[in-house]
Amino acid sequence: MDNSLAISIGSIFAWAGPVIFGVMGETITERAGVMNLSLNGSLILTAMVGFVVGTTTNNFMLGFLAAALVGALIALLIAFMSISLKQSQVAVGYVLAVATKSLAYFLGAPYVGKPVMLLPQVPIPYLSEIPFIGAILFKQTILTYMSYVLVFVCFWWIYKTHQGLILQGIGERPSAAYIRGVNVNRMRYIYTGIGGALVGIGGALYSLSVKTWNGQLSGFDGIGWIILAITIFGSWHPLKGAMGAYLFVLLQYLGIVLQPLLPNINSRIFQVAPFPLMILALLFVNIGNADWVDRTLAGLPEDVRRTIAKILRAMKTSPPAALGIPFEKE
Amino acid sequence: MEKEKTKNPNQNSFLFNLLTNRASSMTLAVVFALVFTSLLVWMMKANPISVFQTIITGAFGSTNNFTQVIQAWVPLVLASLGLMFTFTAGLWNIGMEGQIVMGAIFSYGIIRIFDGSDASSALVIILCILAGILGGTLWAFLVGLLKNFGGVNEIFGGLGFNFIADAVMLFLVFGPWKPEGVANGSTKMLDTRFWLPQIEGTYLSLWALGIAIVCVILVTVILQGTYFGLKLKAVGKNNKSSFLLGIHTNRYMLLAFVLCGVLAGLTGALQVLGFNHVLRNNISGGYGYIGLMVGMLANIQPLITAPIAFIFIALSKGAAGLGIDLKLDSNLAGVIQGALVIFVLIMDGVRKVLIKKFKGVQSG
Repeated sequence: MDNSLAISIGSIFAWAGPVIFGVMGETITERAGVMNLSLNGSLILTAMVGFVVGTTTNNFMLGFLAAALVGALIALLIAFMSISLKQSQVAVGYVLAVATKSLAYFLGAPYVGKPVMLLPQVPIPYLSEIPFIGAILFKQTILTYMSYVLVFVCFWWIYKTHQGLILQGIGERPSAAYIRGVNVNRMRYIYTGIGGALVGIGGALYSLSVKTWNGQLSGFDGIGWIILAITIFGSWHPLKGAMGAYLFVLLQYLGIVLQPLLPNINSRIFQVAPFPLMILALLFVNIGNADWVDRTLAGLPEDVRRTIAKILRAMKTSPPAALGIPFEKE
Repeated sequence: MEKEKTKNPNQNSFLFNLLTNRASSMTLAVVFALVFTSLLVWMMKANPISVFQTIITGAFGSTNNFTQVIQAWVPLVLASLGLMFTFTAGLWNIGMEGQIVMGAIFSYGIIRIFDGSDASSALVIILCILAGILGGTLWAFLVGLLKNFGGVNEIFGGLGFNFIADAVMLFLVFGPWKPEGVANGSTKMLDTRFWLPQIEGTYLSLWALGIAIVCVILVTVILQGTYFGLKLKAVGKNNKSSFLLGIHTNRYMLLAFVLCGVLAGLTGALQVLGFNHVLRNNISGGYGYIGLMVGMLANIQPLITAPIAFIFIALSKGAAGLGIDLKLDSNLAGVIQGALVIFVLIMDGVRKVLIKKFKGVQSG
């Protein structure tokens, strides 16, 4: 009983792997001032590529590499079209989200039903022996371990290194970074590419360990949009973003577990549950930015106003100041 | 490659003109999209020429196929027209899809009320259309409210409401509105007297077609011939300055959502009354999502949506035969549509960058 509970909680961490890779990739990209809106399509296409390359070459490594490459290429296309050609990032990202999804279904159709290959679990010696927690955290695939590490690497990189300071700079005040000798656009290309590669690994991780490529990925379609929302919800901070990702997967898991309690309701309705939550979450973190809230608060008694304002400020997030704005030297 | 040319635009005037002339650069974009598609098809070990032949035959090969294209053009052009309002105001109404679904649900609700009654069918049909418009508008209004008063970007608000609309639909067709006995994801069929009259032997309703054409004209007039359209454009072009000039930007953005919702709701109602004759899952047919791409290419010129929507829908309908004839997945239509938009955006970007650089050379 105890052990099966540990295994099912462990599956939450396994499921969260692709989401973590996606959130970290997008966090880095947006920190650099570029928005990769194509995530939903990128994830599906890279899930397909990872599966196809991985299973046909019988080599997981190649599968992940190919997926990372495709993810990076999509991201670089967005960088090229928005940074160099000055097209709207939203427009480019949206079209790519739709087009790459179609591309995945078109190119992946012949591989539906091909023999499945799932990434093996590699229990970590000693750590996996820890009662309960060991079975949850340390009997996972290598990529799941990497998803834990990635969160801390991103945090360390952004907040503790000089390079991270530059990364924050090109997203917040690119002109100031430029004056200090940073090649803003080149750095944006690099971070967008890296972010895209991480998204690609996330896609491959889904099809090679969570659920295999079956031509539709019905539970996966839509996750990309959720990841974009989690990035906002986590206020572009790797640790908060990771928290959002685990929370989301936990809620999704609870939906599946609790579903038998309501047998009359179609199961597909439960798959929708994250989306109203997404709106609510975004409402919570954004409402503090609205003018009417300030105006309403001003009419309230001082102590009430202060308490509410404090709560709102705690929840409030604001994006990197230069997010989505092309950088011009002049 | 282009960058080298810009250093000396006069020496390579042919290439320079080719890339900076709007018509030739757009033609190139289409050519690139077709070449790209051909490469993909060739990668899948199929013959690109027979693929394009299949698509063309699938769309225009018979009267039957052609009427299907025209029939499907109606919802797509209506969706694209609705998006003209939000695009003009600088908004991304990804929620179009859910607004269409809501329109369909509301419109079918009226059918249920009058089912079995002897009310005049014309009256019921008009009520259905009005209810559909109400449903779409309500859903769009919610996204607008979230954007204006909650700071929730319309992309996420809209997407969330798309999924919620889907859930409402699933709940209804598998729950209270399922036909007796079976639950197959659709309601029972409308009484034929509530159908929009169709051309004998086809799914094409001239009424629906007429409504679409009237809407093309109406939206063009509103956006390009009225003071309202001008102000909406100002809001979209420069929100802050419009606000400083005394335009209630929030009100205009909400209005853009509402008008978009009106057309979405109308689309949903017509999907029920004029084509599907049932309420079923996926009734919106992805027209909201494709409409966004049509809208991008139309570049806020409502009149242009008509031909672009026609090309897009011909691709979608024509590709349906790929699976049977060539064992290829029909999602190729979505790939071609996406490639068209991407290459148009690329060539448009190249053109603008070149022109800007060239002007810089002249003045300097």
